[in-house]
This record gives sequence, structure tokens and C-alpha cells, in this order.
Amino acid sequence: MRVGLEHYLVVSAVLFGLGLYGVLSRRNAVAILMGIELMLNAANVNLVALNRYVAPGAVAGHVFALVIITLAACEAAVGLALVLAAYRTLETIHVDEINVMKW
Amino acid sequence: MGELVAFLVLAALTLVPAVVVVTSRNLVRAAMALIPSLLGVTGLFVLLQAEFVAGIQVLIYAGAIAVLILFVIMLTEGGTGLAVRQVNTQRWPGLAAAAGFVAALVAVLVRTPWPAGSGTLPAGTTAAVGEAFLTEFVLAFEVSSLVLLVSLVGALVIARREP
Repeated sequence: MRVGLEHYLVVSAVLFGLGLYGVLSRRNAVAILMGIELMLNAANVNLVALNRYVAPGAVAGHVFALVIITLAACEAAVGLALVLAAYRTLETIHVDEINVMKW
Repeated sequence: MGELVAFLVLAALTLVPAVVVVTSRNLVRAAMALIPSLLGVTGLFVLLQAEFVAGIQVLIYAGAIAVLILFVIMLTEGGTGLAVRQVNTQRWPGLAAAAGFVAALVAVLVRTPWPAGSGTLPAGTTAAVGEAFLTEFVLAFEVSSLVLLVSLVGALVIARREP
């Protein structure tokens, strides 16, 4: 049995679901960011697998994956800086306790 | 056959630590489990003949982002987080939503007839990726470098202690 496109897509769908569950169920903002990283990785697996099996003549999928990795690094840096700033002013990083803008 | 075994091992290496990442009560353990999960994705990239993406994945994800996350866990309250509740009140609805989403996604993915592409990947994709970045995708290249600069300045401004 050969490894086909569907195998990679199913693995990436499960990885995305795990990240989604992490984002929905965690209270800690850093843990939510970890869930987001898992979801971005699932998208990268999809892009590279589709490049390999559907359009192997070019490397457009690799280019998209590299751009996503760059943007994920930016997102992690800014997100973690926001977490630190929120911790300094509110003294918590639990997202269900940060409700100063909620009436 | 060997490809299938490698794929199964790498898929397990990706998904089992990912379960630990989203369920562990210990935040440091969750962040450390993120590293083997990202390395499993790296292995999948190698299996898909994307060596350059795999190298960048190791450098940026498994290196930089994992260390950054560990630093922020250490800098904020509670350390490992074992003393406080880690899940919010929508844990079970969230689990149901995620499981339903995955089931729907897999059902669609398996039924879709994917077109088989013609042609082969260039041997050694690094040169091809570099050439694509500086010709066809030069706008994306420049914009992402601008985003990197802006997020660098933004992270510094946000995280700086107020004088």
C-alpha cells in the first residue's frame, strides 16, 4: 500500500482538530498560543502535501508554507509580548479572568 | 512499504505529543511536548521531499518558538500551572466541536477525487524555492519581510516595561 495524498490530509485534519480543542478548552493564554501553532502546522502539512501530489511541477506550496512559518514566528512574538503586557497590568494570563472590556 | 512505515511512525510522533500539548495540566510538559510534535511534522516534510521547509521548520518552530513559549511560561505566574485549573467551562462542548469538525473534514477529504499531478519535483528543492521567491513570489517575500520588521518593533514596544 502506497502512501497517498489522503493519508497526509487526514493526519493534518486530526492535528488541526487537536489544536482547535486546545484553543477552545484552555484558560492559559500561552496554552492557547500553543494550540494555534498546532493549527498552523496542520495547514503547512496540507500545503506541502498538495504541492507534492497535485502540482509537483512547481514549488508554490513550499513557498506558501515558508511564508506561513514566517508569519507564525511574528504571531508568536507579538502574542507572547501581549501576554507579558497583560500579565503586568492585570496580574493574570487566564483568558476567562481578563474581562475589563466586557460589560 | 518502507515509506508507509516511515509515514506511520512520523504521524504517531506528530499526533501523540500533540494530544499531550492540548491536555496536559503541566504547562511546561505541554510546551516540551510541542517540540517532538513539530519535529514529527518536520519528518513529514522530509517524506514529502521538502527539505528546505523541513530545515526552516526545525530552526524556527522547534528552536525559536518553543524556547520563546517556555520563556513566557517561566515569566508569568504559577510556573508549571499545576496549582490552578487549566480548562475553562466549555471543555466538553469544545471537544465535541473539534471532534465534529475533524469528522466532517475527514469525510470530505476521503470522498474528494483529487487530481493526480503530472511532473516531478525538482531534485533538491532549495534552489527552486529560492528562485521562486525572487521571481514569481517576490511581492510575498517583500511583504513578509516588512511584516517581520513591524512585528519586531511591535513586540518590543508592547513588552517594554513602562518607564
